[in-house]
Parts: sequence; C-alpha cells; structure tokens
Amino acid sequence: MVILTFLSPIVPAEGQKVRPIIVASKPFGESFLLAEMFAQLLEARGFEVDRRLGLGATEIAFNALRTNAIDVYPEYTGTGLLAILGQQPSADPREVYREVSREFGRRYGARWLPPLGFQNTYAIAVRRTTARDLRLVTLSDLARNSRTLRAGLTPDFIGRADGLPGLQKAYGLRFQSTRALLPAVKYHALAAGEVDVIDGYSTDGFIARYDLVILEDDRAFFPPYEAAALVSPGLQREVPAATATLTELSGLLSESAMRRLNRRIEVDGVPVARVAAGQLLALGLTSRATAESRISATGASDRGVLSYLWGQRVTIFGLALRHLLLVSVSLIAAIAVALPLGLALERGRGAAESVIRGVGVLQTLPSIALLAFMIPLLGIGVIPAVVALFLYSLYPILRNTYTGVRDAAPAAVNAAWALGMTPRQVLRYVRLPLAAPVIMAGIRTAAVLNVGTATLAAFIGAGGLGDPIAAGLALSDTRMILSGALPAALLALMVDGVLGVCERAATPRR
Amino acid sequence: MGGCKECDLIRLAWWRYEEIPLRSNGCEPSHNPKSRCSFLQLAGTAERLNFGRGGEGFANSGGLRGKLPGTRQDTDLEERDSAAAALWAEHVSKRYGPVLALDTVSIGVWPAECVALIGESGSGKTTLLRCFNRLIVPDAGRVRVDGTDAAELDAIALRRRMGYVPQDGGLLPHWTVQRNVELVPWLLRMTNASELAERALTLVGLEPALFRGRAPGELSGGERQRVAVARALAAQPQVILLDEPFGALDAITRADLQIAFAAIRRELRITALLVTHDLNEAFLLADRIVVMRQGRVEQDASPGQLRDAPATDYVRRLLSRAPIVP
Repeated sequence: MVILTFLSPIVPAEGQKVRPIIVASKPFGESFLLAEMFAQLLEARGFEVDRRLGLGATEIAFNALRTNAIDVYPEYTGTGLLAILGQQPSADPREVYREVSREFGRRYGARWLPPLGFQNTYAIAVRRTTARDLRLVTLSDLARNSRTLRAGLTPDFIGRADGLPGLQKAYGLRFQSTRALLPAVKYHALAAGEVDVIDGYSTDGFIARYDLVILEDDRAFFPPYEAAALVSPGLQREVPAATATLTELSGLLSESAMRRLNRRIEVDGVPVARVAAGQLLALGLTSRATAESRISATGASDRGVLSYLWGQRVTIFGLALRHLLLVSVSLIAAIAVALPLGLALERGRGAAESVIRGVGVLQTLPSIALLAFMIPLLGIGVIPAVVALFLYSLYPILRNTYTGVRDAAPAAVNAAWALGMTPRQVLRYVRLPLAAPVIMAGIRTAAVLNVGTATLAAFIGAGGLGDPIAAGLALSDTRMILSGALPAALLALMVDGVLGVCERAATPRR
Repeated sequence: MGGCKECDLIRLAWWRYEEIPLRSNGCEPSHNPKSRCSFLQLAGTAERLNFGRGGEGFANSGGLRGKLPGTRQDTDLEERDSAAAALWAEHVSKRYGPVLALDTVSIGVWPAECVALIGESGSGKTTLLRCFNRLIVPDAGRVRVDGTDAAELDAIALRRRMGYVPQDGGLLPHWTVQRNVELVPWLLRMTNASELAERALTLVGLEPALFRGRAPGELSGGERQRVAVARALAAQPQVILLDEPFGALDAITRADLQIAFAAIRRELRITALLVTHDLNEAFLLADRIVVMRQGRVEQDASPGQLRDAPATDYVRRLLSRAPIVP
C-alpha cells in the first residue's frame, strides 16, 4: 500500500494515459472548498484535474454528473435523498447513507464515497436580538411567532421538498412574507433587518460573522446531510484509481473543522485554494512542498480592488477571451439561422408572427432554467452554453430582420415592383440594403445581451468571465465579483462599439 | 400661335382653354427660337437627343396642330376599336374584403393619349391603374395591354415595358441618380443603359454631369420627381403610368413639372394614364378625364365636355371646387 501510494504520482493508473478528472462544485463556499480539496488531492497524486467549480445548483450539478459531464462533486446525503430521489426523510444518518448509496447505484450508476465526516444540515437562523425578544430556541418556537416574521430564503430552499414546503408542513410555519434571496445577500438582509429569518447551513462561516442564532430542529425535520464525494459512473469505470484516491478524505473532516475553514473563507476572505492546501497538509495528505507551492500561487488576499484586478490580469484576460469566444460563436450561428429565417418569413407573412412569437418565448425562459434543460441533452461546458446563448440571440436578430425588411422604404419597394424587379431582385437590391441598419441594430442588441448572459455560462461550467462572478457570489467576495463583472461590462461596451462601426458601414448613403 | 416652336408646344398644352390667359414669361410670338425660351426649356430636347421612336417625334410628325390624338371629340367607348387601344379595361371588378374597390369599370386609353383618372381617395383610381401593370389582378373583367390580355402576359416583362411614376418618386434612396434612372434598361439588360439614362436626365431638364452621381436624399422634391420621370422614360416605353406624380410638390414646382411633362409626352407621343385628385392637373395634362367615385366611373369625357356638360351632381360639385376652371 505504501509503495502503491508512493508510485502513484508517477504512474497513476498502470501506465495508462489518464484523462483529466473533472472536479465540480455547487455555488457556495463549502462546496468550493471541498471540491478544491478533491482537486488538490488528485493533483498531488499525479492526476490531471479540470475544475468546473460553482455549477448552477443541485439540478445542474447532478445532471452533469449523471451524464458523465463531470466526474465528482461534493454532495450531501440528505439532498440526494429528498431533492434527487424524492423520498421521505429519515432521521438516521446511516440509514440515509445506505439508502442513497443503493438507489444512486441502481438508478444512475453514481457512487457515494464514504462520508467525509461531518454533517451540514439546513439551519434556520435569526438575529440574536430576535431570538432573545421572542424567546426563540426551537423551530416550534419559531412556528408560534412565524406570522409576524419575514423570511428571506434561497430560491433552492423555497423550491425543494426538504426546504420550505416540508418545513411548513412539519411545523405549521406561516411567515408574514417570504422573499427569495441569493446566498450572497441573505446574510446582509438579515443583519440589516430587511428580513427576520433566513436559511443557512449549520457549518456556515457567516453564522458566526453576523452573530446569528440557529434554531433547533426539535421535530427532526431536516434529514442528516452528511457530506460525501459523489462520483460519476464514468470515473468509476475509467479511472478507478482516482476514485480510490478520493476516499482518502473520508471521515477526516469534522464539523468544527469545517466551520473554522468556512469561516476563514467566508469571513476572513482567504482564497479557497490556500485554505484547501493548508487543510490537506494538516491532515497529512500532502507534503509541505506541495502545499507551499499551492499557497504561494494564490497570492496575497488583502489587497484593494485595483491591485487585485491587476494581479489577476492574466487570468482575467484568458477568461475574457473565452467569454468572447462563447459570445461570437453563438452570435454567428444565430445570424446564420435568424437572418435567412427572417427573410423567409417576410415572404410567407402568414406564419411570421406566430413563428417570431414562438422564438420570443425562448427569450422569456430564465437563463438558468434553459441551461439546466440543456444538460441532459448536451452535458455541461461550452457546447450547451453556446447553444443557450444561440437561442437567446435568435429573437432580436429575427425580429429586426423581419421588421426591417418588411418596413424598408415602402415607396421605393413599391416603385421597384412597379418597374419590373423580380421578387428576388427586390429583396437583394432594395429591401435587404435598406433593412441593413435595422438588422445590424438587432445583431448589436443580441451581442450586447449575450455578453451579459454569457456570465451565467459559468453555472454550467463553460468558463468565461462568469467564473469569478459565480465564485465571488458564493464566497461573498466583492473583489472577485468585480474581477468578472468589470471586464464583462468593458467587453459589452467594446462589442457594442465595434458593431456600431459595422452598423454605420452598413447604412446606405441617403 | 407665334413663330416660336417651343412656345407653340405650350400653347398646344393649353389650347383648349383660351379663356385662361397664357402666362407670359417673356416669350413673345416674335420670339427667336434660337434663344432660350424661358417658359419651357425642355421642348425639342428629345428630338435633339434622338430620343424616342424615330420618325414619330414632334418635328417629323409634321407638327401636332389640329391632329393631336387626344383632341378627338367625345365618342362612346363602345364605338371605338378596342383592339387598337393601348390600355383597355372591360367590366373590371376588384374587392378588398367588404369593400368593392372597382365595380365593373370599363375604360380605354388610345395610343399617344393621356387619360386622367380623377377622384377622391378610395374611389378606386389607383386600383384601376395597378390593374394595367398587374400589380393588382382583378377579380372579374378583362384587362388588355396593346390588344393582349394582361393575364396572359408575364407580369415582370409587362412592368418593364411600362414607365411608372409614383407620388413620392419612389427613388431607391441608396442608389445614385444615375443608377436609379438606369434601372429599367439595366433590368432589360440593355447594353446602352447608361447612355439612355443620360438622355432621359437631359430630357427632364437635369444636367447629367451635375446630377448623375448624387443621392436622392441630396435632391429637392422637384428634382427627385424629375428623376422619377426620367427613370420612367429611360427605357423608352410606349406607355407610362403615373400615380399622383406631382401631388406632393409645392405649387410652383408642380406647375413647372406639369408643363415639362406635358411637353415631353406630346413630343414623344407617349400614352399616359394619370391618377390625380387635382382637377387642374387633369385639365392641364389630359386629353380625356375619367371621374371615378366609389369604384365606379361617373363620367368619361374630354375636358371641354366635362366642363360644359357634367354628367352627374358629383361631377358638378367636383368642378365647382376647381378654381381654375370657370
């Protein structure tokens, strides 16, 4: 065993050239941290790792895993039982683990590695003053006072069976109002008194930071949420050695350790990679040299926004290029489809409005929903992101092409007909050139919207400037958010400017 | 009629209205034809340019006096030979949903004649005009062009054979004047398209060197309309359709263009069907006036007979509102 471990960095899987292991996480601090620990551990054992951190939510991450688009991500047994399997909760952690292990293996071929050693259950938190004034200790106490309290809950929690709906049933909760708040803002909202009750995680670093009180789940509604690595069917089959490596972490992380680590990330703002490296070293899983090289690579953590941006310039430039690639590929594809379609619809006007409205419906789909819908069909990464951006670009281009060509200089079009131009000639020599500025304006609109929407591509692991935004939101790190948002805004301005020049070039002299 | 051939043309245009004093713009009967006739600078340009159909030009026709095709006395439509008509519509009807735009309308336009369709908006005059170049296909009735049923003709080829002048010129705003005027010759793949365009520009009084490179947006309203007339004439059609061609122009520009057009048309002996809501314009340009109302023909008569013997109350009312006609 010792020899095997010693050899494994050099020959990870018996001489076979191993593909990169795709390590993913959900978009919150603890998930980032665990995934980063998985990744660094695999790297220390000689595997190549491809990080797709901060994938949308349970739905997106699990669908990606099930379809082998990712290899491993940290998940919680309770979430697996309730949110994925849709089964009734059980209070016994062992029972829950056995159940999800069996069912995930049977239904999806996915494997839960032995738990990491701590539970992170949902926690209903209130301000210390609220708890004192209303004498709140348990959720039953909360239920008695719930009609006077305003809740700010994550959308995930509001929608899940093991979230608000189940909680309402179990305790008879009825809040005065319920607002959906993203993790990044709900703590601020609670501290500022905008809401009175939020959902959190029991290992949250923020609980301590904002001096919150967690109410006891006296009816044991929340099932045990044991953290564990969830491994894809593909990884077990193709790189069993990686699966084995990941089990090295099993049972090593205690709840108090996690609370401390989360606090360092979420409260002290220490980079995730550094915290992960320190913990792996402390657990004796990596060498000091590995950990130190890792730590030095993450750079200083306490700098101003501008010097942080400057320090990240190479990374940001790479992300911006990838962002531009996502936007331009999807835009070109959308032009290639929407432009001819718009022209065809102009010829057969009967169908035009209904087709355009149908395409318009795509526009109304929430981006995250569309991205989640893509995963079973196209996996995660660049391809589904490009397809989603393509779908979002269709409408403005289609609408402007159709309207532009239909309404282009009616007097000139009428004269062109009357003087004997063929339909094709009218289109080519009159309608299209006269509609060009309107069509260009549609393309411009689509492009600028696309630069914005493409930041959401990070949630399905397509990279781009959304990566630091998603991570920054999860870690409540403003600098990190800005390091994605500012370049994205600049990129939007640049794209708009370049296309503006094209638009002027396309405008016929009058 | 004086000795100035150019002035004579004007008199011809006005000859039926002796009661209207001829405007004197400095051209007297003793006028020397070699100097500029300021009243009409355009007459004779077609001949000089060898434009139009050879042998039928003004000079070679032995003059127009007394033999103007449009001056024949009112005759019943039925009595004329329909086969000789340049444009012929027989019991034509067209319905748009609940609206009967044309209700069994019959008219004829004979070669070298100018017929004005006059009426309010919605009277069906534009619909009727568009039946002749098949922009509109009638629900019932027959439309013939040069004796051939229009339904049997290729619509595209038919349109290229006819000139067309819409109200606002309808110039292609992204094309130069030259390219606009060349349009029909170019569509017909004529090799001398640019030459024809230059001639047509000269004919309508626009110096090609000054105008050919300009964009329609750089022209005045009157210049644009002259370009539109030049475009309609460039391929030397025998028939020209005009849909309120001068309606959007100011009074002075309009008068200039009407006179210029009258002269050119007579000189080239072009058959014209003119839609207008301006009775003055009809009296000025047309050999025959067809008054339309609610998809029907109220009266089809020469200007003189229309003035002297309005057939219906509507025509009488129409005449009473036209100040120039006594």
